[in-house]
Amino acid sequence: MATLNLNGKDVSLPDDPRTTLLDFLHQHLSLFGTKKGCDHGQCGACTVIADGKRINACLVFAFQLEGAEVTTIEGISEGGNLHPLQHAFIERDAFQCGYCTSGQICSAVSLLREINNEDPSAVTYSQSRDGEAAMKEDISERMSGNLCRCGAYPNIVDAITDVIALERQ
Amino acid sequence: MTTHSAKTIGTPVSRVDGVAKVTGQARYAAEHMSDRIPLVGWVVSSDTAVGEMTSLDTKQAEQADGVHAVITYKNAGALKPFSKPADESRFTQSRAVLNEPYIRHFGAPVALVIANTLEQARYAANLVSYTIEGKTPDLLTEFDDATQKPASLDGGFEADATSGSKPSQSDIHASIEATYTTPSQISAAMEPHATVAEFKDGKLDVYCSVQIIASAVEALAITLEMDAEDIVVRSPFVGGGFGSKLGLHYDATLACIGARYLERAVKVVLSRRQVFYNTPHRGHSTQQISLASANDHTLLSVQHKSAMPKAKGYEFAEATGAGARVTYKSQFIESSHRVKDVDLPLIDSTRSPGDAIGSLAFESAIDELAHKAGVDPLTFRLKNLPVVHPMKGTPFTTHHLGECLRQGAQNFKWQHKAQPTPGKKIGHGVASAMRMNVLVESSAEVELSANGEVTVRTDMTDIGTGTYTILTQIAADTLNTSVDNVTVKLGDSRYPASCGSGGSFGAASSGSAVKKACEALIKSIKGSLPPAFSHAEVQISNGQITLVPTAQSDNEEASSPILLANFMSERDFPISATGKVSDDDTSDDEQYSCGAHFAEVEVDEYTGEVRLVRQYGMFSAGQILNMKTATSQIKGGMVWGAGYALTEGIHHHTDTASFVNPDFGEYHVAVNRDIAEVSVDLLQEPDYAASPVGAKGIGELGITGAGAAIANAIFDACKVRVRDFPITMDKIIAGKN
Amino acid sequence: MQPFTLHHFNGEKPLSSLPLNKTSRFLAGGTNLIDLMKLQVETPQTLVSLAKWEKANSIIEDDNYYHIGAMVSNSDLAKFAHSQPRLSILAQALLSGATVQLRNRATTAGNLLQRTRCYYFYDTTKACNKREPGTGCSAFGSMNRIHAIFGTSEHCIATHPSDMAVAMIALDAQVNTQRANGNTRQIALRDLYHEPGDTPHIETQLDEDELITHVSIKKKPNGTQYYHKVRDRSSYAFALVSLAAGFKIDDGRVKDLTLAFGGVGTKPWHPHKAIGVLEGAEPTPDVISQAAEAELSSAKTYGSNDFKPELLRRTLTKVLLEIAEHQVKYPGHEGALYDNA
Repeated sequence: MATLNLNGKDVSLPDDPRTTLLDFLHQHLSLFGTKKGCDHGQCGACTVIADGKRINACLVFAFQLEGAEVTTIEGISEGGNLHPLQHAFIERDAFQCGYCTSGQICSAVSLLREINNEDPSAVTYSQSRDGEAAMKEDISERMSGNLCRCGAYPNIVDAITDVIALERQ
Repeated sequence: MTTHSAKTIGTPVSRVDGVAKVTGQARYAAEHMSDRIPLVGWVVSSDTAVGEMTSLDTKQAEQADGVHAVITYKNAGALKPFSKPADESRFTQSRAVLNEPYIRHFGAPVALVIANTLEQARYAANLVSYTIEGKTPDLLTEFDDATQKPASLDGGFEADATSGSKPSQSDIHASIEATYTTPSQISAAMEPHATVAEFKDGKLDVYCSVQIIASAVEALAITLEMDAEDIVVRSPFVGGGFGSKLGLHYDATLACIGARYLERAVKVVLSRRQVFYNTPHRGHSTQQISLASANDHTLLSVQHKSAMPKAKGYEFAEATGAGARVTYKSQFIESSHRVKDVDLPLIDSTRSPGDAIGSLAFESAIDELAHKAGVDPLTFRLKNLPVVHPMKGTPFTTHHLGECLRQGAQNFKWQHKAQPTPGKKIGHGVASAMRMNVLVESSAEVELSANGEVTVRTDMTDIGTGTYTILTQIAADTLNTSVDNVTVKLGDSRYPASCGSGGSFGAASSGSAVKKACEALIKSIKGSLPPAFSHAEVQISNGQITLVPTAQSDNEEASSPILLANFMSERDFPISATGKVSDDDTSDDEQYSCGAHFAEVEVDEYTGEVRLVRQYGMFSAGQILNMKTATSQIKGGMVWGAGYALTEGIHHHTDTASFVNPDFGEYHVAVNRDIAEVSVDLLQEPDYAASPVGAKGIGELGITGAGAAIANAIFDACKVRVRDFPITMDKIIAGKN
Repeated sequence: MQPFTLHHFNGEKPLSSLPLNKTSRFLAGGTNLIDLMKLQVETPQTLVSLAKWEKANSIIEDDNYYHIGAMVSNSDLAKFAHSQPRLSILAQALLSGATVQLRNRATTAGNLLQRTRCYYFYDTTKACNKREPGTGCSAFGSMNRIHAIFGTSEHCIATHPSDMAVAMIALDAQVNTQRANGNTRQIALRDLYHEPGDTPHIETQLDEDELITHVSIKKKPNGTQYYHKVRDRSSYAFALVSLAAGFKIDDGRVKDLTLAFGGVGTKPWHPHKAIGVLEGAEPTPDVISQAAEAELSSAKTYGSNDFKPELLRRTLTKVLLEIAEHQVKYPGHEGALYDNA
């Protein structure tokens, strides 16, 4: 039977091939942490991590991820302990309504890995400002796939900056 | 010995719902009732703006896989006609849809297809065929076509107002006349409007995403011709509202119609494109502004005329001239608003109705005049601040605009410009913000258990504003306990009716109700105590309720702390009390929150591309209840201001009265990289004339003026004044040529 | 979304075993196709998923070429190009497009074949010759801010939205394909796309049963490179005007110029007239202006995109002058104009 691995557990793929990963989570697994903001890859609220990479769950059919390891917001905190980013988001008030937050956090978890891997971003190649402003612009660019209508962007960048600083200590 | 809990009001307490939100456990409307396996409804949207439906065929859709029903005007059941009865407010009037073969606007629902799964419903929706005999839609394209004078404006303002006398030509040293335009805009909350409803035994159980619960119940009762007692509406978490969820929308009506038809739970989530058409947007505006000042830079004349569309059959017009009437004193002030009835989707509140777009135009125009007069725009503003209301002469409860401008300029380093990036010009801009404050009737209940647990209940909502947190703080502080000893329950129509979230009135109104409920609870406890304890303080900690003597306690009997359990038995618990605020709790004087916005931008010398460097604001909004959530809300407003200045706008397809860009790909909400440094300072100045908790509104203050500060910074950088928002690079280039 | 029959292609069974026809589509990452299927803009009856086509997921180098597998993700390609100074422009273009999330799913071949983002193509209530041949073009006389000025016809003025393809056009990439009958061929990317003419629904010269297997890019010097994308947001927005440029300065003159435009053409635009003026010339503002005029002589504007010629002129001037300045400062430089890595 075709499965994918979701937050460490194998789950059977849906029968209807039209089912996106996002609708699969909602309709078949009653896992609602991953949000639908646009359903067309234009907002990032549905960001999850598949085989170590962040993707929009709305623009992938569940069957395309057969055999993949998928982590959603429900799988981010291990054993009930909040991820450092989750702590930082609370401390920095990096959300208001909370609807984009799952996607922001999944995105930020991947961002930490991408920065550690020295993956380039558009800011790598842009006319840069100095020091801290450049680093924050780089985080902003990397987080631009996640809209936040409450306008928590500066706090999101601060939360991520805090965790990066913590990791580098 | 009981320790006194530290007061938390004004401190940066982290959100009490923070863990739920960062772990994905907070449940929004569409995520409820999953145990009841709701059927899924998908809306068939009209491809025509306005007209009679002449054919409708649902047979194919009904026979499609998994489909349970296709609801149309033929089988939707009893519904009160849209916007009836006329004497109800627009949030309690009927929100009927599918009640007649008539389409009022493009994208309006033609049918609801209900199936087992989303995939089935969405596909079958394509199988519904219909024809609409379309009429030429009415739209507003010319300023002069807006001739209708609205009965009143949002916020209770009169459409027209004039004060003072026109200055003589010889007194005028500088003057400007300019026409500003702002585009149609949409709230675009991240959570699309969504409802899941179940109809069982004549009773309706509804979860929907709405800012005001009590009027939602009323609207459903009126629309579905039911008793309000048979309806429960819940909205424990709302994924953003910004005005678009003040009232109910078609997702709610349709889910309820479907649930009633099938006697099953039915879920309707609007697609993002449907949100653009089936929930309100802000109308586009044209604002003609004339200003004149004297030799000494005294403002002599302010004239502001506004033209906007108004959706047919729906009473809403916004007061774009509100800022022009109150921000600066002037010998002569004249403000008028005209509208034209149009065949567009609902036009209603979007964050800071009136001031968000009024300030874009007016604060840009003020800047124009300052430059024309040859005076620093900050100096010009400071020169013309009012002491009393410039038109009415009535006093303000508090007014700290001058302090915000002066102190803000210092903190921002108004006079000091950094070295720009090579190839770019740098600019600074400033703008004032004035946002009216109101207190709205609101009730809350507080309950105390024998072991000292406090529970607050009100149908108030938390749309991201931090209501859960501030109500927790208010209850904790008033009852002398810690925040983790208080549970706040919101968003349930079975709880006491509140003001709901909107118009920046939520925190002060519902917070004051909670404060009064807690005070009533203390009074009720003291009522059952010997008189000696009348001055004792009730304190709650470690599961115990204690009476602690205060300085005023002079009675020996009450000279040391004593457990309440000595006077009351467990059977007396829980003790509860309610609190309510109304007009009586607020002053008749002018109430405004105010602030000063500053922005620094860089503009590319060749391409006209604008890059924000920083935004800064200093604000006065009475008692700040929670420094963290308040600051965040203000920053969020400033981010909206950036979007309004630089990126946002609906393009109209005029032939079809539809929108060209109804999605997040082309309606450009600011992204993270559009925003740079945003910082905020808040004055702490409790205004008890405004509300019992001393707080005033902040939700709309942050956006008011924020965009104009950016527009003014762009002018400062490249000497191009763009009067047609948003300010995109092509308009800057056009100004350079 | 219309129901479809699902097939898989893993590169082992021949393409001929699959029902490939007018109503079938290959599904690579899906970031564009699934988007369009939800809106009924694309209504395939058969989907051939390429998710298990492992072989197409690698980049192979030989002495003269980089061979990029069809299924290599935009993220992986950007990271690879980032490591190759000669391909900097490709890395820059890729990273300016979409978001990390989308680039992690989007593939090399899928990116080349993505459909236009024209508002009216996406809106099934509007006439669109590309979506439904013969219905008309709604972009004429309406908002057409994002529309093309080069290669347009009275039937269609939609732009090709890719950034990656702009860089690949500049780099003269070659597209390699395979047919159901086993035949393979190589097509210059500059020849892959059709201008709309009176058949805007036919966008490339690929046949229904033809699958892109890889893209080959010649190893050659490209000098100082810069991809500048002018758009309505600073990120996550399609180009109004974009420009891929790279050259060296040799004896004060432009050498090895690679140049392409995005956001302005019905296909990723290869400005051969501008290149003709610039190659071997001194990159002065006057010469750049002549180059812009040479190319713009064939441009047509349609109302709300009237600003594009001037924006293109200005962007071209800015970028070429900045590159020239860099080359003068660092003679023989090969790589990104700005590099904060």
